[in-house]
Amino acid sequence: MTFLLNNFVELTVTGLVLGAVYGLVALGYTLVYGVLQLINFAHSEVWMFGSFAAVWVTVAIGAGPDSGIAVAIGVLLLALLAAMVVSGAVALLIERVAYRRLIRLDAPKLVTLISAIGASFALAEIMGLRDRLAESLGLRDELNSYVRSARDNTRFLNPLETHGVFNIGRYTVSNVDIIIIVSALVMMVALDQFIRRTHTGRGIRAVAQDSEAAALMGVNRNRIIRATFLVGGVMAGAAALLYLMRFGVTRWNAGFLLGVKAFTAAVLGGIGNVRGALLGGFVLGLAENYGSALVGSEWRDVVAVLLLVVILLFRPSGLLGESLGRARA
Amino acid sequence: MSDAPVVERPAAHEGSALLSLDDVSIRFGGLLALDGVSFDVRQGEIFSLIGPNGAGKTTCFNVMTGVYQPTSGHIRFDGQPLGDRKRFAITRLGIARTFQNIRLFGNMTALENVLVGADAHHRTGIADALFRTPRHRREEREGEETAREVMRFLGLERRVNELARNLSYGEQRRLEIARAMATRPRLLCLDEPAAGFNPAEKAQLMDLIRRIRDRGLTVLLIEHDMSLVMGVSDRVTVLEFGRKIAEGTPTEVRNDPAVIAAYLGTETTEEGES
Amino acid sequence: MTEPKPPANAAGPAGATKASPSAATKPVASGGTSSRRFGWDRGALARRVTALPTPVKWLLIALFVVFLYALPLLEIPIISTPDTDFGAVLFTVASYVLVALGLNIVLGYAGLLDLGYVGFYAVGAYTVAVLGSFQAHLSWWMLIPLAVIFSTISGLLLGAPTLRVRGDYLAIVTLGFGEIIRLTALNTEWLGAAKGITQVPRPPSVEWFEIPHLQWDGFTAFIDLGDTTKFLFFGVADQAPYYWLALTVIFLVLGADRMLRRSRVGRAWEATREDEDAAELMGVPTFRFKLLAFACGAFIGGLSGALFASRQGFINPESFQLILSILFVAAVVVGGAGNIYGVTLGAIVVGYLPERFRGFEEWRLLVFGVALILLANFRPQGLLPPRRAKRAIAADEQLEALEEGTARV
Repeated sequence: MTFLLNNFVELTVTGLVLGAVYGLVALGYTLVYGVLQLINFAHSEVWMFGSFAAVWVTVAIGAGPDSGIAVAIGVLLLALLAAMVVSGAVALLIERVAYRRLIRLDAPKLVTLISAIGASFALAEIMGLRDRLAESLGLRDELNSYVRSARDNTRFLNPLETHGVFNIGRYTVSNVDIIIIVSALVMMVALDQFIRRTHTGRGIRAVAQDSEAAALMGVNRNRIIRATFLVGGVMAGAAALLYLMRFGVTRWNAGFLLGVKAFTAAVLGGIGNVRGALLGGFVLGLAENYGSALVGSEWRDVVAVLLLVVILLFRPSGLLGESLGRARA
Repeated sequence: MSDAPVVERPAAHEGSALLSLDDVSIRFGGLLALDGVSFDVRQGEIFSLIGPNGAGKTTCFNVMTGVYQPTSGHIRFDGQPLGDRKRFAITRLGIARTFQNIRLFGNMTALENVLVGADAHHRTGIADALFRTPRHRREEREGEETAREVMRFLGLERRVNELARNLSYGEQRRLEIARAMATRPRLLCLDEPAAGFNPAEKAQLMDLIRRIRDRGLTVLLIEHDMSLVMGVSDRVTVLEFGRKIAEGTPTEVRNDPAVIAAYLGTETTEEGES
Repeated sequence: MTEPKPPANAAGPAGATKASPSAATKPVASGGTSSRRFGWDRGALARRVTALPTPVKWLLIALFVVFLYALPLLEIPIISTPDTDFGAVLFTVASYVLVALGLNIVLGYAGLLDLGYVGFYAVGAYTVAVLGSFQAHLSWWMLIPLAVIFSTISGLLLGAPTLRVRGDYLAIVTLGFGEIIRLTALNTEWLGAAKGITQVPRPPSVEWFEIPHLQWDGFTAFIDLGDTTKFLFFGVADQAPYYWLALTVIFLVLGADRMLRRSRVGRAWEATREDEDAAELMGVPTFRFKLLAFACGAFIGGLSGALFASRQGFINPESFQLILSILFVAAVVVGGAGNIYGVTLGAIVVGYLPERFRGFEEWRLLVFGVALILLANFRPQGLLPPRRAKRAIAADEQLEALEEGTARV
């Protein structure tokens, strides 16, 4: 308990940072669930691929932390773009390969979930086997810096030097902390506006509420579904870069646990609720930090999962309720 | 529990209220689906619930069978309030139903579907099943007897081992009734049993409903087909926009101006169903 | 009760529409596949087998059972694994089959997607390890019942709150549960933490006699008196006895499974899986039966884990990763959820192939991931779907024949 109180500020700020990442990834889960009532199990790999895209861009450019601030920002923006593009592409790929046919056939949810699980594992394994895949294509040497140590951690070298900006209490808030939290808020606002004001955004809300009526109103359901996956994927890509800036490492199977936690965040905030995703993320990040301060950091993941169980038992509609689509009994 | 293999119960109190709804309302968010609905279904009668689309008939059914909890008001079955009993407990109490869109267990055989209904009053558990106790054997035997008898009653005896999803439409409808009857109900609720039937089939259905009543069951019917309702019902209640607007014998209801207005509308509105 | 029988031709409202069965058929759920699609009549074999006289069937079954027990001794050239003790491989396959049977009850019969089945497996294994070696030294005969008691309790504890939530949420929660078990084991000294537990007790051995293996030269078999299995010694090198133990347990579980399936319990599970709401309205206490399915699954999972621990001799949290849960689910789904032969086949595929083709091990998960996608999209009922039992096959065939005009009346 004393540890918690002594380090309260640090735990809070880092909790919010972590929560920002969770929230952005949670958006993918919440949007797909809102529109299709499906848990996109493979969304974790969407994030993971985005993280590798960001890493590879920085490796390709080769800019280290000693480059000037302009270069650093340029590289980061490029990495962000790469991550968002790759994540978006992977999301669309998953929709095409694992989901589209089953959605069209209105297959039972269990079956679709199985397909999603298969996609999740296949994608994770592809990343984990990238060295062997490169070998079989004869490209092992050219791609060595990208595919080596396929099963180990992959480091991200942040070209932007991390330094403190201001102090709250005993904790020094760093530039990275600020960038992450602000970015997440900005992106959430942008997404919120997108959902509210744009044609596609309205289409998403319409399909989420009643896809038949939406179709009768001229909304192209398939296009909307693709848009939903794309938007969720792009957000996850952004989350991937932010995550790397703070934690500096990724892995072929880093998606799993993060995915479960992000899904927890989505449920916490109210599945289908866009603002709820970010709120849920923040709450989860804070809970994880405070919880592990109380019981020990090795129990961090257990805290997150227990929180999910508790929420599902006592308030399955989440903090802000389910708003994007209709509540399912 | 009961060891009597009979399906029907003796009509001990002819004419007394078996099911009574007392000022029942249910609200879904902003929508008031039922607004202070009260009526009684009397023992041994054939009672119909009619009304234009969206009037709340199926909602009423769902409230009576425990699918929804009323926001206010009481429902009493045989004098006892339904309370917040679980759905399967309500079935055990003696209320059974069929569905507007057929909900059979498609990959189980017709007999198995009905056996599930017969299991409603069984108590065989895992220990009984594993060790084939006398209770298991007795209940299996009783269940099979009940199921076959009910299926014979509904003319399905030659389809017992067919998968439910392979039956014809009419057979599936009858199988649903068989399954509901196997739960040994006192009140059988039929949700649009004539949907998709031609006139000959509807005539046979009317005959079937009367025969069901003759076995001692009380029948509650939701139907759109007026000739069927008028031809078979003892009493009719009419709902519109969640409220009861008329009640009485078929003749009384047919001539009630409020009912006519509800179905046909007044001059400027569209014609509704007739 | 004395109801005059309705006349035969007035078979109810559907009487008039009997002329064209395909037009009148309104499928409640689609999924029947033509058994002729692949050019040969797959139903024929099943029909011929079920048409055999009962004593012949029993003899065939008995021979097959003997064959299964004799497998590690027969050293059949293509099937046997050259590099590893075949008995060990068979044990691994047998534990997968046992797990698949347990998960089949949860997923195949009751329709509950459990992604944390490895949790029950781990509870069983850890009970044996902790109470047999680490914190106490109970006898093996006590450890096994304790293992299944604890795993069943954990199943009830997990199921009671979570089975009330939506089906798709259940998947995530069970996944979390599996991870919690592993993380708890990893972080608790009392449970051995990351190091794990060694000296896990083996089943008690006797040494009665020795059974020789076969040796093959081309197509001829010789009895090799030099290569024997001691009956019944649970050692390290020769793992055939563990396999025999597991196989016996499998037969017991199959027997119990059959008892349950042909009873109110089995019907309730199937009805719940088909349409939970309708089942409940027909008087089935669905929550109770779902919990029962969960508990049965947990029981069997724990049993398999306990056997695993006894054979392995040591365990650590690494053996109980999330991946294993997914593999278990894959085995059940690929094989055909709800069909005991199907899930057995799935378990054999998942457990045997990586051992037989060692190079395959690396690619195993990728292949299964892709297999799951393909199966879910094109054959969700798995390789051997359920309810392809005798009468169902016959009924569908008749219908098809009528439709195709080749009725075999």
